[in-house]
Parts: sequence; C-alpha cells; structure tokens
Amino acid sequence: MMKQATASQIRVVTLKINDRDVTAREDETILQVARENGIRIPSLCYVEGLSVWGACRLCMVEFAGDHRLVAACSTRAAEGMEVLTHTDRLRRYRRMIVELLFAERNHVCAVCVSNGRCELQNLATECGVDHVRVPYRTAVYHVDASHDWFRVDHNRCVLCTRCVRVCDEIEGAHTWDLMGRGMNCQVITDLHKPWGESKSCTGCGKCVQLCPTGALVRHGTSAGEMERDADFLPYLSRMRHAE
Amino acid sequence: MSRTIAIEPVTRIEGHARITLELDDDGQVADARFHLTQFRGFEKFCEGRPYREMPALTARTCGICPVSHLMASAKACDELLSVRIPEVAMELRRLMNLAQLTQSHALSFFHLSSPDLLLGWDCPPAERNVFGVMFRHPQLAREGIRLRQIGQTIIEMLGGKKVHPTWVVPGGVSEPLTEEKRDRMLELVAEGLDIARRTYEFYKDDVVPKFKSEARHFGNFPTMFLSLVSRKGALEHYDGCLRIKDSSGRIVEDMVPTSEYAAIIGEAVEPFSYMKFPYYKPRGYPNGIYRVGPLARLNNCDTCGTPFADVALAEFRTLQASKPVASSFHYHYARLVEIIFALESMERLLNDPSILNTFVRARARSNCLEGVGIAEAPRGTLIHHYKINDDGLMTWMNLIIATGHNNLAMNRGIKQVAQKYVQSDKLQEGMLNRVEALIRCYDPCLSCASHAFGHMPLQIELRNAHGKLLDVVSRS
Repeated sequence: MMKQATASQIRVVTLKINDRDVTAREDETILQVARENGIRIPSLCYVEGLSVWGACRLCMVEFAGDHRLVAACSTRAAEGMEVLTHTDRLRRYRRMIVELLFAERNHVCAVCVSNGRCELQNLATECGVDHVRVPYRTAVYHVDASHDWFRVDHNRCVLCTRCVRVCDEIEGAHTWDLMGRGMNCQVITDLHKPWGESKSCTGCGKCVQLCPTGALVRHGTSAGEMERDADFLPYLSRMRHAE
Repeated sequence: MSRTIAIEPVTRIEGHARITLELDDDGQVADARFHLTQFRGFEKFCEGRPYREMPALTARTCGICPVSHLMASAKACDELLSVRIPEVAMELRRLMNLAQLTQSHALSFFHLSSPDLLLGWDCPPAERNVFGVMFRHPQLAREGIRLRQIGQTIIEMLGGKKVHPTWVVPGGVSEPLTEEKRDRMLELVAEGLDIARRTYEFYKDDVVPKFKSEARHFGNFPTMFLSLVSRKGALEHYDGCLRIKDSSGRIVEDMVPTSEYAAIIGEAVEPFSYMKFPYYKPRGYPNGIYRVGPLARLNNCDTCGTPFADVALAEFRTLQASKPVASSFHYHYARLVEIIFALESMERLLNDPSILNTFVRARARSNCLEGVGIAEAPRGTLIHHYKINDDGLMTWMNLIIATGHNNLAMNRGIKQVAQKYVQSDKLQEGMLNRVEALIRCYDPCLSCASHAFGHMPLQIELRNAHGKLLDVVSRS
C-alpha cells in the first residue's frame, strides 16, 4: 500500500486533469484524485484499500506535451501536472489491452457465472471491444473445485492479483500467490496444492468477493448468478493499517 | 448408369444438411441419405466444467429450442443434487416448456412449412416463403407470427430473455412469478388459443384434404414411436416415463424410468453423417427404427387431458385407418394439436393460485455422481446424461437430441418420397421440393439457430457412379 503522509506533513498540490483544475494531497495518486473529482479512468487490478500492483496498465494516462505513459494508480499527483486521461492513443491502447485479456484465456461470457456482473465485461463495453482482433490462444486451463465453498476457474483469471493481495494484506493468511512467468503465470494456493487441501486458507471468502471476473466464485452458482460484495474492504483496510 | 442427386443445402430447416439420392441404372431411386454436415463437439468440451454451468452451456446447442435443453439439463442436475424440487418450480418450468413448444411449433408450421402447404410445390422458390404466405394469406401469416411472438414473450416474461434465458437452474428456478406477469400471460394465452383453434380448423378442413397423395407417400411406413407420457399415460412434455408403441399400436415398453433409457435406446454411427442413429435396443440396428416428436407423442398418449386438445386428438386419430397414424406428413397436424394442448395447459397452470408461490428453488450440493434428465422438446424426446467427479466437475456427458431419434426415419422417408416423385430424366423444382418438404415434416433442428430460409442456395447435382458431374440445377 502506498504510504500516506501524516497530517502534519500534508501539502496540497494543484494540477489539471483533462484541462480541469483540481487540487489534491501530494500523497495521493492521479487515479485517486481523478475518482474524487468524478473523472473515470478505467482500471482492473487497482482496488482502494489494497497495495498498488500496477499490472493491468488500463489506468495509463499521459501528460500534456510529454509522450510518456504512466499508470495513474502508481503515480502521485504533483504540482502543475497536466494529465490527459482519454486521448485517442490511450483509448486505442486500452481497447487492445482488454482484447489481449480476452484472447489470453477462455472467457465465455454467455455461460459464465459472472455474466452481467463482470468487471472485465464492463471494461470491454467501456473500451468499445465489439470483437477481438487477435487470435484466441484457446489454451487448456483447469477448474479447481476442491474447496468446500468456493472454486477457482483459471480460464477466467486475468492475473489482477486482487486475491493474492487481499489474502495477504487484509486476512493475513497469504494462501494465494503467483506461479510461473508470462503467459504461464497463474494464481496458486499453498505452493500449488488443490485449494481444498490448503492448510492456510481460512475460508473467509474475501478473495471471492474481490475477484473482478468469474475466476473465483461460490459453489452453487449458475450462469449470471455470482453476486459480490466488497463493502467490507475499506473498513477492514483502515483497521489493518491504523497506526 | 447409376447416378447420385445431391440436394445441398436443404432449406427452411434449422441447421445445415445435405440430401443425396442414388439412382440405379434404370434411373430409379435406389437409396437416399440425409447427411448432417456439421460437427460441434458439445459432449467433449463440456468435460471438466462445473455441472452447474450445464443448463446454460448445453442450451447453446440451439437458439430455436434452448428452453428444451434447459429443461433436460436442469433435470439431470436435479438428479446430481438428489433433491425433489419445489412443486411450483416444476410447474413454472413446465409453463416455460409449453411456451417454448408453442413458439417452436408456430415457427415450424407458419414460417417454414406453410409456404409448401399453402402456395403449392411448384410455386417459384422466390415466392414460396413466409413472405409469399403474407401476400396470399395475410391473416394466417399475421396470426402465425403473433402466435410465435406469444410463446416467445411468455418465455421472456419468465426468464428475462427470449433466447437463452438462465432462469432455469439446478434445484428449480431463480425467480418466482409475479401476479402482474401472470395476469398478462393469461391474456396472451387466451389470444393464442383463439389463433390456434382457428388455424387448426382451417388446416383440418381446407389443407388436409388437398394432400392425400403426400399423406400416403411422405414417410408413411411402419415404425415404433417413442415419447414421454405422464404416469397416467397422458400427453406429457416435462416429466413422466418413457413409452414405446409399435406400428400396430401395441405398447412394447411402458413406464420406463428416464434413468433407464440406456436399457432400451442404443446409438449407432454411420460414416456419411455426423448425426448418430438411435435405435430400440431389443430389436437391434436398424430394425429398431422409431420416431419421436409430435406424431409420436399423440400416437403414444392415452389422452391429452385438456378439453379442446382431446377433441382434436380424437380427430387426429381418424386421419388414417391404421393405428397409430403412420404418415410423417401428419406431423404438421400433430403440431397444431400440440399448440392447442400447450396453450390450454398454460391457462390451467396460470389459473392455479399456487403458481405464485415464492419458494422456487431447492439448494443442495452434488449428492450423486450421475444424473439423467429427459424432457420432450418440440421435435421429440431430449436426453441429457451426466457424470461428475467428487468436486462436481463433468467427467462424461451424453446428449441424445430429439432430431437424432428421427434420423433413421428421415432417411427412410426421403427414400420413399424420392421413389414416388423423383425421376432421373428431368429435375423439376416441385419434385425436389417434395423431398425437402418431407424433411420439414420432422422439423429437424440440426444446429444452433442457423435457419436462413429463402437465402440459402439450393444445388442439385447429378453424378454418375464414379462421381463425375453430369448435370447441375441450382437456385439462389
């Protein structure tokens, strides 16, 4: 989690987002400032209350007069910044990122338990993904349904690591982690044991509530029935990180 | 010199298929084959998936009758859960299945087959479609479209979507019926029943008498008939047991529990088609030929159980001296009787106040590793058979689709109609259309929602025994 300054050290900075003057605390990220001001920047791996991961690259923004792209979730606001969130280039890149996510694994929305409640599906709509222009990998991924209450379907995982972070930072169990690199990367439980055999998993279900797609779901759900509720997170996060 | 005539693709059916007619040295039809030219692989790619996905996943087999797959699949999943689902959930599922029957039968009769029946075999193909029917019989066309809309609207009101609703789930349904929707459905059903009765009278009095020759030669041969019947022997589409009657009307199998279907039904394969050839096991292949669908259901049941449908059933049974009714041409008649039955049954279900009960879903996890679900789809008996592992993931699946049961009968029917109407010295629209029309009697649903009538080219090829192209007739 990005460390916040103590109250006595706070400085306020002014910057522009999409030509609009905004003020922010200097320890806030561009994404936080944008959200506070009602400016929507797409994101997938970022969740308020967890550490910043910066993996999905959907929240990339650019600065006026500067060709560099930065991730809004991991870049702090600074005095005089002129941030652009929806240039043609950014729209193009975001659409391609979402298309690549769809092509990498097997996201079959029509029969998915998260159909209609899926953040990836919503992003596809937001970014104008009406079709995927790269070939699907159609690689075989398995489903681990060994846990008493939950199952993980690696076909639907986008490697956002929300499950890894919430399990480690909020629940304190660190059941989830990553294995492998690149396209062979996947989330695992307890050094790659079946979830149902995990000794560290407390069965709290926080990972399931935070999963943005149909990868982590409750048993007993059918197509389109997976409802999630992440309201617990801001409160628990404050309690965990209270000094 | 022996030759082969190929009709490809067959039009105004759901899916893609090809017919080949093999002529002998004298130019007479020696054999006929119905080829399903698509491979889909549902049974394979469902392996490894959670069984709870099966209703939604297997429903993707078809966009015309997804509800039928939902029913069979949900029933198979109920067996995996080993629960008795709430009574109202069963009635609500039954309601949706009857709405599906109405819309699908309306599609088959009005949109796909009425051009043949009302415009004539020799009518130019450009006119012989539902638009031609609209031009010549505007009221009938309008009412047919409305009837299908009524079925679709009721499905949508129950499940949220006309096509591929996900409301039917293992253990019951996901939402109860509201009073407001019930009242609206009752209005729709009353309107639909008026249309259905009017159409039935018109068909019985004005259409049937004109097609005596077709009734004699369109798949008119002795076979057995397979269908579900209720435990009292009445017409049934959602639940019940299997019954098989032979061509003389003798019941050869009765009250067979659905879980024991494999004891009486075997599946053969032939190299010329991706569709399997189910047969009645005790009589072997291919002697165990049987038919399913509206004709079989009306032949098998003792009664419909609703007032007007029972009158229509009695009239249906006078169509042929033989019992059961053997001509596949009378599938159309049976379809109209079933539409009346469906609407009358829906009215009865909706008028029962318990249909509004709110406990609509039993919750459980898998308590059994194998389940069979059988429902009557518009086209016939639909079988879903699942096996799962301890974690609830599918390890094996067998689907016997309604159209598949009729495969042997369709092949034999094509041969019969071709022998009567096709001569090799000239290829005429009318005679080839009769061959296609025979297939339409069965209303085959060959794949998912790819019925493109009026736009698909029809090509007939004459080939000699060595495959050399001798003649081609095509339309676009």
